[in-house]
Order: sequence, then C-alpha cells, then structure tokens
Amino acid sequence: MSAVLVPTPAVARQTRPWGVWGAAWRRLRSDRVGMVSLAVVGAFLLLILLAALGLVAGNWQQEIALPDAPPAFVERAAKAAAATAVVPRRSNVDLSDVDPLAPRYEEWGAGVAKYRTTEVARRETLAFGADRLGRDVLAKAVKGAQISIFVGVLAALLATFIGTVLGALSGFFGGKVGDGLEWVYNVFTSIPGILLIFAFAAVAGRGVQSVVLILGLTGWTGIYRLVRAEFIKHSVREYVRAAEAIGASTLSRMFRHILPNVSHVSLVQLSIHVVSFIKAEVILSYLGLGVGVDQVSWGTMLAEAQGELILGHWWQLAVATAFMAVFVTAFSLFTDALRDALDPKLRGLE
Amino acid sequence: MTAYLIRRLWQTIPTLLGVVLLVFFLFKTFGGDPAEILGGLNATPEQVDSIREQLGLNEPLWVQLGIFLKQIASFDWGRSWATNESVATLFATRLPATLTVMTPILVLDVLLAIPGALAVAYVRGSLTDRTIMVVSTLALSVSFLVYVIVGQYVFAFQLGWFPVQGWSDSLWTNLTLYTPLPVMLAVLVGMAPQTRLYRSFFLDEIGQDYVRTARAKGMTEPVILLRHVLRNAMIPIFTNVAVALPGIFVGSFLIETFFSIPGLGREVLLAVNRSDYPVIQAVTVYLAVITMAVNLLTDVLYTFADPRVVLR
Repeated sequence: MSAVLVPTPAVARQTRPWGVWGAAWRRLRSDRVGMVSLAVVGAFLLLILLAALGLVAGNWQQEIALPDAPPAFVERAAKAAAATAVVPRRSNVDLSDVDPLAPRYEEWGAGVAKYRTTEVARRETLAFGADRLGRDVLAKAVKGAQISIFVGVLAALLATFIGTVLGALSGFFGGKVGDGLEWVYNVFTSIPGILLIFAFAAVAGRGVQSVVLILGLTGWTGIYRLVRAEFIKHSVREYVRAAEAIGASTLSRMFRHILPNVSHVSLVQLSIHVVSFIKAEVILSYLGLGVGVDQVSWGTMLAEAQGELILGHWWQLAVATAFMAVFVTAFSLFTDALRDALDPKLRGLE
Repeated sequence: MTAYLIRRLWQTIPTLLGVVLLVFFLFKTFGGDPAEILGGLNATPEQVDSIREQLGLNEPLWVQLGIFLKQIASFDWGRSWATNESVATLFATRLPATLTVMTPILVLDVLLAIPGALAVAYVRGSLTDRTIMVVSTLALSVSFLVYVIVGQYVFAFQLGWFPVQGWSDSLWTNLTLYTPLPVMLAVLVGMAPQTRLYRSFFLDEIGQDYVRTARAKGMTEPVILLRHVLRNAMIPIFTNVAVALPGIFVGSFLIETFFSIPGLGREVLLAVNRSDYPVIQAVTVYLAVITMAVNLLTDVLYTFADPRVVLR
C-alpha cells in the first residue's frame, strides 16, 4: 500500500503547465473524427513504409495472373455464363501438299524443343483482379500509394520550406528585401498555376524527382503570403523586442523566437498542400508529365484504367479510386482537426 | 480614376518584366539546347551549328534577351518548332474551341453555385446543411480524372446520350452536340468546392450587425438573404470569379486532352511534350498579361459592386 504515496514521474509531469504543443495535442485527442482520420493516415504511412522496404507489394511488377483477370467475386458469376459459350473448333484441312514450308516443320519443331520455356502457372482470378498484363491490382495500388504519397509529402515539404523561409525574410526585414520578394511573388502568381507547372515540366523532364521539384517550386506562393503576414505581425511584438534587447541575433529572433509562434500556419498549410499535390500528381501522370513508365502511382493506374473501362474491366479504376479517396478524405479531415487544435480561435468560422 | 489606372498600369511593367525574365531564364538554363532539339537525332554538328546561328543562339545572352523582348513587344512569336505554324495563327485557330467549352463552364458554375450556396446558407446548421458538406468533402476526395473517365463511360459509351468525343467546324454543332458532356462533368465537379466557398462568404455576412438590424425590422429570411446578404457577398464572389477568368483562355488541359477538343490547352500540352519552346513561352507571357488585365478590371468593377470602395 505504500506505493500509493510515491508520486510516479508521470504524475509529477502533469502538474507542470501545458506547452503550446501539449495543449494542441490534448485538443486533437479529444476530437474523435481527428483521431480516427489520424489512425487511417498512420495506417497508410505504415503501409508505404512496408512497401518502401519491399515487405509488401514487392512483386507488383510480376505478371502473376492472366491478363485482365477479374476479381474473384466477379469470376464466380461470370463462370456460369461462360460455360454455355460455344468454343469454335479449328479446321483440320491438310495443307501439306501445297504448303511450301511443310518439309521443314519437323526440323523447326526439334529446334523449338531445345529451348524449352518454363510455363508459369497464371491464376485466373485475384482478390481484386489484374491489369492488362496480369499484374495484381492490389499490389499496384499499395505500391502506387507509396509513390503518390511520397510525391505529395515531399513536394509539400519543399513548398512549405520555400514559402516559410521567403515569407520570414520578407515579413521580418520588409523594406527592399520585402519589395524584392513581393515582386517575385507577383511574378509567380501572375501566371496561372497549371501553366506555370507546365512551363516547369517542359524543362524538368519526367520522373518522381521532377514532379516533386515542379510542384514544390510552383506551389509555395500561398504559404509565403500567410507566413509573411504572420512575421509582419510578430516582428514588432514585445517578446521579439525583448529578445533583441538581450542580444539575440537576427537569425535567432526570426527562427528561434518568432517561427515557433507562427509554425502552426506552416504546419496546416503543409497538410493542405499534401492533398492538393497528390491530386496534382494524378493529373500530371495522366497527361504524361508525371512519374516514369517503370513506376506506378495512382495517377498512372487511373491513366491505364481509361482504356480498360471501355472493355468492361473496371477493377483497376475502382481500387485506385478507393485507395485515393480513403487517404485524401482521412488526410483532409485530419487537416481540419489539426487546424482546430492548433488555432482554436478559428473553430466554427468555416 | 484615371490617375489610379495609370499608376496600376505602370506597376504591371516590373511584374511583366519578371515574367519575361522567369520564362527566358527557365528555358535558357534548364531547357537544353534548342538547336539540338530542332535538329533531331540525325543532325550533323554542322547542321546544329547552322540552326544555332539562325536562331541567334551564338549571340551574347543580353542580345538574345533583347530579341525575346522585341518578339513580345511586336507580338511576333515566330513559328512553332514542331509544326512550323506561326504562333499567332496557332492562337487564332485554337482559342475558339477553348472558349466554346470554357465559357459555358464558368457561367454555369457561377449561376448554379450562388443559388445553391444561398439555399445551403438558408438551412445552415441543419441536417441537410451538414449532409451536403460531408458529401461535398467526400466528392472532393476523388480525382477529377475519375469523374471524367466514369462520366464518359456511363453517359457516352453505355447510355449513348452524348458522342464519346469529337469536334466539328460549326459552333452550333459543337455547342449542342460535343460540349454538353465535358461541360456537365466540369460543372458537376466544380459545384462542390464553389458551393462550399460561397456558403462561407454568405455565413460571414450573416453574422454582421446589419443582418441583425434587418431581422429586428421584421424582414423575412429570404428577403434578408437575397437583398442584403447577396449584395454584400458579391465582392468575394467577384474576386473568386476573376481568379478563374484567365483560366478560360487556356482551358482545362484535362478536358481538352480527354475529349480531343482542339483547343489551346491541348496545344500547350502537345508543345510541352514536344519541347516546343516558342509556343510555351508565348502562352505563358500572354496569359500573364491577361491575368494582370483581369485583376485590374476586377478592381475597377469593385466600385460598381460596392460604392464604398474608393480607388486611390
């Protein structure tokens, strides 16, 4: 019973006041929708980590089933219909009298026998069907999740980094630096976004790195604007003056004093941009400006699905769409919860 | 007003210069050697050299920039590298198709989203309101591409209501036969975010004091929404439409590619795939000019929408 009297470290820690992040985490935890969506996002992140390590969907490029093999549950229904279909028989007319190649068939047959190909047993159905080449659609969607989310997150990180640094410089220094950066901002925003992306895509080539660079270099303007406004507001506040008075350097004031106070803006913008960049990657891949042909993303899956759908093969489209819809919805809801948690004043204003 | 216009026009010069510099150095630095692209794979070094000479690529950088600026000022963009068509002709022949598709989309988007958002704002907080918001969040999580693929399959291929794709020389045939499907799909997809946005504009206004005053005077809710709130929410709606307006000149790349509509957007995409730099450079600069002009026009039109706005 004496154990009750000894305060555990956890209890002792709770008596301290909550920090900004602790309070935000507490608000986020009480948001049920936010926590569920966080769990879904976490599951996706675990999935793409496993896919990146090759533990799942490592064999997405193997043609393990018949081309366009349907999902298992569709096959069962289709089999009954197919059983009654008449298989046309080949005509057995003997052409060897008139066929000039007839004497050599045996020789060729022996030659072919020397190079025996190993016949791989291909499956007739898969849980979620196969694509045009017989690759597992589910494995492709998992591997595609890895590329698509990787592109979205990395491009959003790049855009947020550029936007935050430039916004901090412009907002903190103002004057000539501010005017110069405002000019750059005006130049970038006076070209419609998609066209700017195309102009960059024209020179950047194809591939994952190019897509990340293109989206990051063209998508920073909104973040810049918001961070700049925050820095203008904060740079004249008393705590920054106080930091200056005790000899904090300019860089220290910008990034150690002000940045933590405005970083919630960057964080929320980061997650908003992840969603929009994942969507942009899909469009770019469809238009042939996205990831290369030896890789798979949700965008390349949808691009393939267009031709398949006309033939009645809907499963690749359905799986890719479902994966993307679940992730994007969960991430959007998480973003909303994150914004509410970090900036409670905004709650209910939407 | 005149002084304001002159000052605003004066301010666009550095921005436009920035756009020109961005485009010039982007393609100069990262775009590879145009002479080798033009020459193709089988060109001899002498041929590449002569192309380089022809294009003035052996001149110093500032002379090349001068040539580029002169092209912009004289509207002479030269010829497409891929098809040898003059860029001006390219614009003139491709723009009508783009406008035929994009104008109905923009008009219908605005005309349907405003009443929709007003209706949602009228029943704000109710189950209907929340259901619509949830459905539009879910609808937004699916890529536009999926809607276009499925829409074409269902409405054109399965049901046969529309042609799968196509284009004719007659404006009337285009408007009645070929554009309805792409326009319908684009409007359906555009409705959800527009309605959400306009709803938030209306809700901002509904919280204002003048609405409480109007209510206190005993006005009915529809009158408040239509006569008071709508007029005051026009400014942000206006801004939003103005942001979308330059886009109609270049079209939706996806729609034009998907439905094989011979518009400007598809042409730009082709140019990007062929590394046809003159076309991309021209479109980028030309669209930046349009964007700035539209922004200026919007600011002037604000004064008509809201007499309190004074341009200084």
